[in-house]
Amino acid sequence: MKHVLAILVENKPGVLSRVAGLFSRRGFNIDNIAVGETVAPGISRMTITVEGSEKLVEQVIKQLHKLINVIKVSNLSKESSVMRELLLIKVNAEVGYRSDIQQIVETFRGKVVDVSPESMVIEVTGDEEKLEAIKLLLQHYGIREIARTGKVALLRGAAITREG
Amino acid sequence: MRKPEINNKGYLECEHRQISSAASGATMIIKALEKENVDMVFGYPGGAVIPLYNKLYDSTLKHVLVRHEQAAVHAADGYARVTGKPGVVFATSGPGATNLVTGIANAYMDSVPLVIITGQVPCSSIGTDAFQEADITGITMPITKHNYLVKEVSDLPNILSEAFFLASTGRRGPVLIDIPKDIFDREAEFVYNRNRKIPGYNPTYEGHAGQISRAVKAIKEAKRPVLFGGGGLLRSGASPALQDFAEKARVPVILTLMGLGAFPGDNELYLGMPGMHGTITANYALTEADLIIAAGVRFDDRVTGKIEEFANNARVIHIDIDPAEIGKNVNIDVPIVGDVKTVLEALLKNVQPGDTAEWLQQIKGWQKNYPTLCGSNGAGRPIKPQFVIKELSRLSPENTIVATDVGQHQMWTAQHFNIKRPYKFITSGGLGTMGYGFPAAIGAKLACPDETVICITGDGSFQMNIQELATAVNNQLDLIIAVVNNGYLGMVRQWQDIFYNKRYAHTALEGNPDFVKVAEAYGAKGLRAAGENNVSSVIEEALSEKGPVIIDFIVDPEENVYPMVAPNCPINEIIFGGARS
Repeated sequence: MKHVLAILVENKPGVLSRVAGLFSRRGFNIDNIAVGETVAPGISRMTITVEGSEKLVEQVIKQLHKLINVIKVSNLSKESSVMRELLLIKVNAEVGYRSDIQQIVETFRGKVVDVSPESMVIEVTGDEEKLEAIKLLLQHYGIREIARTGKVALLRGAAITREG
Repeated sequence: MRKPEINNKGYLECEHRQISSAASGATMIIKALEKENVDMVFGYPGGAVIPLYNKLYDSTLKHVLVRHEQAAVHAADGYARVTGKPGVVFATSGPGATNLVTGIANAYMDSVPLVIITGQVPCSSIGTDAFQEADITGITMPITKHNYLVKEVSDLPNILSEAFFLASTGRRGPVLIDIPKDIFDREAEFVYNRNRKIPGYNPTYEGHAGQISRAVKAIKEAKRPVLFGGGGLLRSGASPALQDFAEKARVPVILTLMGLGAFPGDNELYLGMPGMHGTITANYALTEADLIIAAGVRFDDRVTGKIEEFANNARVIHIDIDPAEIGKNVNIDVPIVGDVKTVLEALLKNVQPGDTAEWLQQIKGWQKNYPTLCGSNGAGRPIKPQFVIKELSRLSPENTIVATDVGQHQMWTAQHFNIKRPYKFITSGGLGTMGYGFPAAIGAKLACPDETVICITGDGSFQMNIQELATAVNNQLDLIIAVVNNGYLGMVRQWQDIFYNKRYAHTALEGNPDFVKVAEAYGAKGLRAAGENNVSSVIEEALSEKGPVIIDFIVDPEENVYPMVAPNCPINEIIFGGARS
């Protein structure tokens, strides 16, 4: 099962390398990762998706807590939360196919952000399933390149992942 | 804020009045060490730490000059294990820092508090592959509790205080501070706050009350309980609490290699060490137990054998200060995160003995039937190595500190040296570092100059840090180095003997030096015993000598360590070997 961990860390040099190093040396696999600032100054939020059993994820969380720069770890997959990724996709789009592609993009509430004589760049956000679905549909036209962020997530409702 | 540097006396005096506590980075370090009551530093100078050594030169702080940086960490580690205080190490950048790596990993595995200060190339050269540059914070990230690269001298006071705080609280461990050369000379205000709050660091000391009651209930219900303790007992100072607990609850005690000394070796409730070379009684007791109270242990593979079959009949209570150890290798029924001493004291208040009389009888039977025997070849014959250990144990004073290296001699010492008190047995448990014992013994002797200190080593291990004879001679340390010399890399040879059809690939240490002559070359005393009849007289002579003494015990070259459990086998599947003969 996939687990999405929200990790609040002190924004100090090397902290990403401490977290990433922990995953690799303990044999945990990072599916994807996103890092950015939070509303609190000096604190960053890492969102890491890791695949594994309950037991493995419990050990991952405990090991993360041992890192001095890690302030808080929560498993957002255990609670109701909103999860999003962003996908940029460059697809072959010769003149005759553009309106078809446009239609797919609209269905997925994506945006065309660049057009050239033979290609288009499409931006779409959503959960993993949705992004996989649009990728599958656009494959028909020939995908030249994709770029994808890691997942970011927030708890639903008023509750927050706080430092304390 | 710091004003531009103007080499003008009047101006500097004016600035000093403004910030009366301004200090250079190097001065800050010396002052911080004083505030932390550090009485000794182990180190080796080099280009990047000259400014630090320049300040140290004016200080009253004792500096022990080793002959290889690895030995500085091991010596500081030995010092820390016998005193409980963090050991402090200085080394230079690049090779000085990388030479520390084995020692740091060793301390990390065994949870030993250390504060290590390395020099780094100046800030402006970092990342340019400068002369003697190595990314030591990157290298030591997985083997330190935490580490720092100092970029601003104004950060240094807090970093120093955090480092001591982190090293010596919670689960102990090494902390490294890497300091660029220019930072030693830069100045900033120096205010030193001890025990500061760190947002992501909040160890739990008190056990959860609900879990403690569950543990009390489980102990009361148990018919076949056993307490299985490790290094955590020593780090938390839990020995008195453990003894009271075991006696009140009538629970027999098993100690891992790391825990030896935490419970008196001659107490009737003591069953010895478990695992690969543990006592038969300890392994049978763990296998048959219905309740295991695990205290400050981490269920290492050398202890559990085949993990799927470890203690399958038992409920397990696990007390540990590190939550990540609980449930890591073995499923736990009653997890108690906390300081082992605090938790044992809490248990002690309400614990009642279960109905364990029959169990204790059964254990007595095992002890009677399966003692760990020490063979003897008889006078004049090649010496049985176990006999050397027995004699060292018998002839040395009550409070002797024993440091071992790694290999067969280490296991024989664990089996046959009667360790009755805590902090008297120091050994590399987790990492298994050959070369650890001798420098660790130096650190222990410097920490406890009034105690007898014996380093029990092998001909292989000793040669991994033999250069420290100069340090021992230089500091006039009354230290015995007992070399159990079988001319082999004995433990590996033993595995080749048992599992690889006696194919002794590169384990015969041909070309070994004459250890007596080596001792003499360094200005130490060298003695030799080649037959059992002169073992005791040589030990007695060494004990009465001043300064370092090497005893070269020429032992039976093909003796193996028994009992033995083959790797990844259940711990009750024992190879008895010579242990019963």
